[in-house]
Amino acid sequence: MIARVSHRSSALPALLFLLLLVPPIRTALEASMTTQMLVQMPLLILVGVLLSRAMPARLTRVMAGWDCHGITGFLLATLVGAFWMLPRSLDAAVTDPLFAVAKYLTMPLLIGLPFALSWQRMGFILRGVFLLELIATFFRLGWLYLIFPGRLCNRYLLDDQQRLGKWMLLIGALLFLWTAATLLWGRLDSFAEALPRAFSEDVVARHVNGDSDG
Amino acid sequence: MRTLLASLVVLLSGGVALSTATDQFRAFTTEGARRIAVREHPVAIPPVTLETETGARLDLTAVRGRWLLIDFIYTRCPTYCTTLGSEFAQLQSRLVVPLTHHKLQLLSISFDPEHDTPPRLAAYLQRFHTSGSEWIAARPVNQDGLDTLEERFGITVIPDSFGGYTHNAAIHLVDPHGRLVEIFDMGNPGLVSQAVLQRLGP
Repeated sequence: MIARVSHRSSALPALLFLLLLVPPIRTALEASMTTQMLVQMPLLILVGVLLSRAMPARLTRVMAGWDCHGITGFLLATLVGAFWMLPRSLDAAVTDPLFAVAKYLTMPLLIGLPFALSWQRMGFILRGVFLLELIATFFRLGWLYLIFPGRLCNRYLLDDQQRLGKWMLLIGALLFLWTAATLLWGRLDSFAEALPRAFSEDVVARHVNGDSDG
Repeated sequence: MRTLLASLVVLLSGGVALSTATDQFRAFTTEGARRIAVREHPVAIPPVTLETETGARLDLTAVRGRWLLIDFIYTRCPTYCTTLGSEFAQLQSRLVVPLTHHKLQLLSISFDPEHDTPPRLAAYLQRFHTSGSEWIAARPVNQDGLDTLEERFGITVIPDSFGGYTHNAAIHLVDPHGRLVEIFDMGNPGLVSQAVLQRLGP
């Protein structure tokens, strides 16, 4: 039963991954800086996020011991993400087959997967730090791409870079508005969900047990 | 405790990886990396046969014993190459002594050989009112030669939306042993001529 569940839940990420590998799709997405950064890379990360649901529970438990509050996974995903944000990595991912393979492996396995697993373990503060940093990154890079007078990637055109900048500023703004709206008008249970699982679940369980005992 | 250990390992290896990937945080772009790589490990220029604006054949590696300043152009180019061209024209007047003493040679190589026939290359040179043999314009005679040049020099040419090309325009310095030793940004011919004169010595 467990095997079947994990089998089924791994079909979707596998399918998405194969789809991104199809040469015409890959070429089309990598033809522009905007689609490589805002479509292809997020989808590769999504493959990893979806893959996290297919992880055997035993392995996840062992990993949790090394990933208290999701700190290790957060660091791993952030550092690997920083690497793929370097303009020369974007160039190399298109021109160098070794970098292309590395991108297709590390984006799901070292960003999406650890991030999804660690997000469950992250407390409210770390989640906040992550969201803030994500929004700031969209603004920083978007602004840089928009105002930088020269091309940052040899593979891509200047108007592509500037269009990407505009999109990133827009996404950053939407993320910010969404976060602010959640904080201001979010329902209380969405906050409880954001609290460390150990805290909310244990407390709730203890309450329930206490009630039934009394 | 285990998390601390794992986090430290991740941080350290991530730091090392990022440092390696950016040449110790000196180059974040391919262009920056290309300049550092050439400066630290000069690249031997490939034996590619070129056809000059007069129709003469020229083997790139045969130009030994003198310094070479090379730029990559296409004559239809409305932007970069015109700038590069006027920069070469400025360099020609700034470096007139080593040029006339055959210690230095200016060479513009076209990456659009199909269009850039010898007459068009000659017209390109005439646009900058250049005469004499100090500045040669040439095209590779075959596609293989062009591919080798682009690969060895690190030139990336991509079609733009106006039917032309966009390319990483720069000025390349080759020493008398036929090694690419330095790459200069466009827009500062004063710096280029100064660096060349310094390398040429008295």
